[in-house]
Order: sequence, then C-alpha cells, then structure tokens
Amino acid sequence: MTQNVSPVAQPALALRALTRRFGSQVAVDHVSLDVARGELLALIGASGSGKTTTLRMIAGYEFPDEGRVLLTGDDGVQRDITALPPQKRNFGMVFQHYALFPHMTVGENVAFGLEARGMSKRERAARAEQALAATGLGGAAGRPVQSLSGGEQQRVALARAIVIEPQVLLLDEPLSNLDYALRQAMHTELRATLRRFGVTVVFVTHDQEDAFAVADRVAMMSRGRLLQVGSPDELYDRPASREVAEFIGRATLVPARFDGQCATIRIGESERCVQAVASSDSATPRDVVAVLRPDALGFTSPEASDAWPGIVSGRRFTGALVAYRVRVSDTIEVEVVSHDRSVREGDRVALRVTREPVAVV
Amino acid sequence: MTREAGRGMRDAEAAHGAEALSSEAAPHPASRIPHSASRIPHPAPRTPRPASRPWLLALPVLALLLWAVVYPNLSVIIGSFAKGLGLWHEFVQSPADREALVNTILIAIGSVVSATAVGLPLAFLLTRVEFRGRRILSVVATLPAALPPLVGVIAFLFLYGESGVVTRAVQNVLGLDHAPWTLNGIGAIIFVHAYTMYVYVFLFVSAALERFDTSLEDAASGLGASRRRVLWRVTLPMLTPSLLGAMLLVFMSAMGSFSAPYIFGGGIRVLSTQIVASKLNGSIGMAYVETTVLAVSALIALALLRWFERRRRYTMAGRGGGTRRIVLRSPVWRVLAPVLAVALVVLLVLPHAMVILVSFAKDGTWTTQVLPPQYTLENFRRLATESQLWVPIRNSVTMTIIATAADIVVCFFAAYLIVLRRFTGRRLLRMLVALPWAIPATAIALGLAATFDRNALFAARVLLVGTFWILPLAYFIRGIPLVATATEGSLAQMDPSLEDAARGLGASWWLTMRRVILPAARPGLVAGAMLAAVTAVGEFVASIVLYTHANRPISIEILAQLRNFAFGTAAAYSVLLIALVLLIALAARFTEGRGAQAETISAG
Repeated sequence: MTQNVSPVAQPALALRALTRRFGSQVAVDHVSLDVARGELLALIGASGSGKTTTLRMIAGYEFPDEGRVLLTGDDGVQRDITALPPQKRNFGMVFQHYALFPHMTVGENVAFGLEARGMSKRERAARAEQALAATGLGGAAGRPVQSLSGGEQQRVALARAIVIEPQVLLLDEPLSNLDYALRQAMHTELRATLRRFGVTVVFVTHDQEDAFAVADRVAMMSRGRLLQVGSPDELYDRPASREVAEFIGRATLVPARFDGQCATIRIGESERCVQAVASSDSATPRDVVAVLRPDALGFTSPEASDAWPGIVSGRRFTGALVAYRVRVSDTIEVEVVSHDRSVREGDRVALRVTREPVAVV
Repeated sequence: MTREAGRGMRDAEAAHGAEALSSEAAPHPASRIPHSASRIPHPAPRTPRPASRPWLLALPVLALLLWAVVYPNLSVIIGSFAKGLGLWHEFVQSPADREALVNTILIAIGSVVSATAVGLPLAFLLTRVEFRGRRILSVVATLPAALPPLVGVIAFLFLYGESGVVTRAVQNVLGLDHAPWTLNGIGAIIFVHAYTMYVYVFLFVSAALERFDTSLEDAASGLGASRRRVLWRVTLPMLTPSLLGAMLLVFMSAMGSFSAPYIFGGGIRVLSTQIVASKLNGSIGMAYVETTVLAVSALIALALLRWFERRRRYTMAGRGGGTRRIVLRSPVWRVLAPVLAVALVVLLVLPHAMVILVSFAKDGTWTTQVLPPQYTLENFRRLATESQLWVPIRNSVTMTIIATAADIVVCFFAAYLIVLRRFTGRRLLRMLVALPWAIPATAIALGLAATFDRNALFAARVLLVGTFWILPLAYFIRGIPLVATATEGSLAQMDPSLEDAARGLGASWWLTMRRVILPAARPGLVAGAMLAAVTAVGEFVASIVLYTHANRPISIEILAQLRNFAFGTAAAYSVLLIALVLLIALAARFTEGRGAQAETISAG
C-alpha cells in the first residue's frame, strides 16, 4: 500500500533505504526517494516524523545507520556520497533559524562559502552582491545581520546558500519563522527565486500550505517512514493511506464498503453509492474509509435522488468561501465549503457529492 | 579600574557560578533546539563519521588534563598510603592535625556566615534602594576582588595589625598603653575573609536580583502576604541558587585559604598551613595525608552543595518586569543613607589606600607612630633599578603570560568539545576542567611537587621541581576552570547550527574554528583569560610551595621584604601588583573593544 520509491528518469539525488536510529528509536526507517534535476521537493510531516533527520542525512550532518545517499553530478555519473562530510558535498542549506554568523556583515555572511573556496576578495564581494540582488537585498551587504528583519534574514540565508552554486539546495523549515502575511508573500517569491536558479531543492516543512505553494512534488513522512510521494493534487485527491488523508487538507473520513468502483456509504437508514478510487487496484469488496473533501461536497435540492439530508451545525466564514459543518446522521458530521453564504446554523439542508470519484483508503 | 575588573569578574563568576551549581546548567536559549531530532539522546553513530572525529581533538586534550590535573592528585593520594594506613593513623592521632582540621572547618563556616552577612544586605541595598552615592558604592563594592589575596592580607596588617594605623589611632584616642586588639587567631582570619570574600555573595546575589521580576513580589503581596512573608517565601527562595553558589565559593575559598592563616595565624593551625609546614619539616608523607584530607573535604562540600542545589532550582518564567528601586522618602534616611554610603566606601577603599600610602614610606622609619613619618619615591625607584628587585617582577609577568596563553589554547578546545561535540568522554572532560577549581591551591602545588620531582618517561614524570617551569604549570592548572567555564558560557549561547552552516558552505574544520567558533567563544575567552592572568600574577599559595630563588614571583618577594620589616618595599610591590591587575583588566577591555562589532551585533 505504501509507495516508497517513485522512480525519476535521471534523479539528481537518490535516497536508498536510508535508516537512522537513535537508541531504540528509529528516527528514519528505510526511506527511498528520487529527486529530479531542478525539482522542488517538499518533505512534509508532523514534528518527530523524521523529515529533519532525513534532510540532515542528505546534507551530511547526520550519517545513516543503513542505506545510501546517491548524487548524480553534472557529468551524469552517479556517486555514493553517504559518508561524505558536509563541506565536501557542495550543497547549500538554509537553516530553520537561518544560522547567520552574528559577528559578520550581510556581505561577509553571503561570501563565507566563497571564502572557504579560496576566491579572491573582490570576486567574492561581486558574487555576494549578485546573490543578494537576486534575493531582493541588493545594497545590503554592509549591514550587520542583527539589524535585519525576519524576512530579510531569510533572504540572506538563501543568498548565502545559492551563491556557492550548490548541486542541491536544502531548506529546513524556511518559512516557519515568518509571520503569516509575510509567509504568504514569500511563497510566491521563494518559488520564483528557486525556479530562476534552476537548482534541485529539498525542503522540509510541517506546513502543507508551504509545501503546496512552493513544491513540485511533496513527500510525506510519518514516524520515520515515507508514506507517499506525489504532486500536491495527487496527495490531496489520491491519498495512499488514512494517515496521508488526515494530514493533507481537510477531510471527513466516513466508513464505506468498496467494490473496486463504487464506495457504498451508509448514512442513517439509507445507503449511497459514490464513484471511488483506491490507491491499490483490488476488485474484492472490502471495508474502507471514504475521504470526503469539503470541496467535493455541495448543497443541492432536497428532492434530488442522491441528496443527503442534514442539519447545519457550524458555520465559519473564511473569505472567499464559507465552511459549514453538516450533521447528516447520528455518527457522521461532514465539512462542506460553499460560495453560498445564505445558509445559517440550524438550517435543514441537502448535500451531494459534486466531485467524483472520491478517494478510499 | 576595578569597575572593569569587577564587571569581568561578574561575567566570569556568573558563568563560574552556573558551573558550580550544576554541570548541566549551561544556558539553553530556544535556538539551541533547532532540530526535532536533537532532543533524542545521541549515541555514537554506528557508521564512522568522517565529518567530525571529536576524538582526534579530545584525546590530546583529555590526556593533557589527566596528566596535569588528575595524575598529581592521584600521586598525593597514593603517597598518603605509602606506609599502608600508618600515616593516616598518625594523622588521626596527632592533636595538631585534628586541631587544624577543626579550625579549617570553623574558619570556612565563619567565613560563609560573615561574607553572607555583609554581601547579602549590601546586594539588596544596592539593587533595591535608590539613594545618593549608590552608583559609586556599587562600583567600590567590588574593589576587594581586585586585590590579590596576599596584598589584602598585608593591607589589613598595616591597618588593623598590632602596629596598624587604625589600631594605633584607637589606642591613642583611648589613651591605652597597649593595642586594643590583636590581629591574630580565627577571628582575624574570618575578618579578612569577610572583606575579601563577601564580593562573591554580593556579585552573585546582585546579578540574581537584577534578573528578578519584582512582579512576583507584587503578586505575593497582592495575595495578602506580609513583607516579611514575601521575603522569606518568595524573594529568598528565588535567590537560593545564586546565594548557594556564592556560599559554596566562599566555603571552598576559605577552606583552601593560605595567606591569611599564614600571616595572622599566630598559634592557629589550619590544614593549608600544616601542609606547607609538614613539607618544610620533611614529613612529606604527612603532608600527603593532610593534602588528601583538605582536597577531599573540599570535594565533599562541593558535592553536597550541588546535590542540595539540584533539589531546589527555580527558573524565572518570562523575561521579567525588571527591578524597581525604592526611593527613600523619610528625611532621616535621605540624609543618613549617603553618609553611611560614604563611610562604607571609605572602609572598602582603606586597604588599597593604605598599601599605596605605605609604598611611599621610607623603609625602617615606621615604628610606633600612627602613620609612617617619612615619605619617599625611593621604593619605586629601587624596584625599577635594582636588578635583584626587578627579577620577581619579570618572573611574575613571564610566567603569567605563559600560563595564560596555555590556558587560552587548551580551554578553547576543551570548551568547544564540551559544548559542541558529542562523544563518550565529554562528561569526564567537563569534570576535569572544573576539578582544579574544587581542589585548594596548596593541594595542587603539593601534587605537582610529588609528581614532577624526577624524570621517569614511562611513568609520565618529568623533573620540573626546582626548575622555572613548575610555577607556570601550577598557574596554568589554576587558570583552567576560570577560562574553560567562561568560554563554555560563551559557546553555549552560540546557535550550534552556525557550525553546521559553515561546514555546509564548504569551510574546512580550521576555517570554521577560526571564523565562526573563535569569534563566538571570544567574550568568554577574554574574560576567563583576564581572571586567570589576575590570579597568576599575584599567585602566592602554590608559589610558596614550589618556587625557587630563580623564579620567585612578586608575592614571594613581598613576603621576604615583610620579614625584613621593609614595609615600604613590600607595599611598593603590592602597588605594582594592583597596577598589573589594572593593566590586565584594561588589556582585556581593549581586546573586547576590538571585538566590539560582534558585541554590538549580538546586543542588537
């Protein structure tokens, strides 16, 4: 059921059965993953899911107990870099708290990686300035880093990581230290900047909004294991497991019986059949859980044949849409989003599935 | 001058205090836990970690510390069993030694009580009450710490000794035909200790009170607690860790104190003087037993207080509302407070002033008068021109530079390993750097004398006794805890991912050390080195056990001059010592100033 490997034609970075234990605890459990050249991949999961440990093993700060990290160079040759120390990997990393050197200026921070490569002072300054300009901080080279705002610090950290022209850029919760509004703005900007550099990116986040906004593909981890890798809509529409379905997006999980094509959901006395897909193809009827997304449900007329009658138990205005909670039976309360603002708490309404097939897990 | 010395002291003592209170007490800002995985205990990884081989660095550092710190003390302990339990039996039977042990403990307890009695109220007064002269008084209050212990003792001798200025003045005023008191015995020792050691209590408690959130007291009184109840149930319990740390420091300093008992002891025996006496008498075995007893008592005291401290530690939640100072309203107090403050300032400055005054006294002229009758610049001129008098100065400066430089190098790497590396010997290393702090200087000196008295390559013994190098080694050992703990404090405040960031950017280990770790360690390294240098330049206790004529330091020369009743010359040397302390403090400040950019950044 879990799909661990998603083969990519020519992976720039490949993880093979990466495992890391801390004492008796398995922090990362046989994680295999391919990242294509120039791809933006998000590693997502709750805290303690092993995503940061995985990132640190990619960077070389942590070493796996088992498994390998493979890197394909510009020459097209794949090399095992599992035991290579970080300073030999030529990876860029943006740390969660940015890890800017407090005793250096913005320019010195950005130029540090070039200094380590023995580049001349003039060349360093020129390249640092370029990188700063690319992240929107042109002219800030002389400023002390402590005078920067959170967003500016993030840009400096990014500039410092990309100026060394890394083979892979790693970001550890790059947006978690920014306030909500800035974060929304940075979503677009970060993706645009990373795209412009065309660098292969792996970034860790616990926030699916960050992941969806920035990444091409999302890899979800839980308790050290990789649960699913796919595009944001794949994870949303075709979750591979109940855990993924619960973590990604909002959903009401309803027990159902699945026969390969149709999920039969029992609501009160009546049964409704909805078109469904499962991540594994098995035609034998079995008990499953149907993943009802709020945007796959809608209000309908009570007379309609497929209507589910219910009572509105909650209403939350979110701006473009209104999120309603609708009690359809003693045990089932579903969430629905709608453009219709006229419905009030306590109203009797009828629902129907507006987008089929629904996922079952 | 001493303001800077005092401030440096405060920082380093605070770090020191944290070390004393708990080995796990390193500050943990939120930035120290950037990765969820780092909360999980890290065992040594199974696959070799080519990126960091802490053992490559840890082995030499550990080996050096085991050789310099542990080995000599082990030699002493082993030496004490040279005749099986015979020497120990002798120790227990000897009335002199029993008396010394009891006196040592009495003096230590008396010093803790008197230093707390002075330091605690003074800390409250200066942090909680606003009055004219408060700022000057809070600077002057740290002055005794800037006085090398031997100089402090001599100043007291000039002031309150049988022919001291104050003693004579009181005698004349009251028209007595003999001195109204004698400055000797346990009382005299505790008196001197109260003056020199209250500073620990004052600094620790002041620092805690500055951090104290007075809204806690407001909350308690708002809940109906009386002022006394607030003090006993809220304020003092919150101060307990700092106060205990300071009391521990006083206790251990007093146990190991040598200068005061040596000079005013009179007939009083204490362990530290007994050790030196036994060694001079040739009963080296007895000296080993006495040293073991002294060192073990100090370690027990340390363990006890740490255990006690661990049971009651309080973390201040939030940043605190800061301290409000009470403004005195009563007109009586508004007049009285500055007067008392001035009196206190005079009392605190008197020893320094006295040493300076006597340094201008013509040798051999001050006999029965209240003040020295004739003044001259001769003493200082002789120090500068007579080569025999110049030698100790050159010795002290050279040995201090060597010892401090070694402290800086070794402790930088030790602190780096302790704070930023995970390896199996980390706890051992942490203990080793703190150990010389717990072991009295007399014991350290005797250990060196017992171990480095011959060349024996396979026993890792080198003949150092009787050579120049034995004293720099002793000073180096005494400086280790000062430099290491201060540097640990600085490094603990560094975001550990800075090191990862530098390595990720391709920096070699050496570049990372030079450009990232060293700048982060610098404030602690400078403050610690300053303390180590100040200790070394006036060092007396280990010196008296280990010096030779050729490498005699200033302190030994002061003692020699005093024995010849050349008070002026002794005082001139003392003034020179105070000047050297000032110079070291200024140098530290200058070095810090060059790193000011880093400081303003971290302050912003």
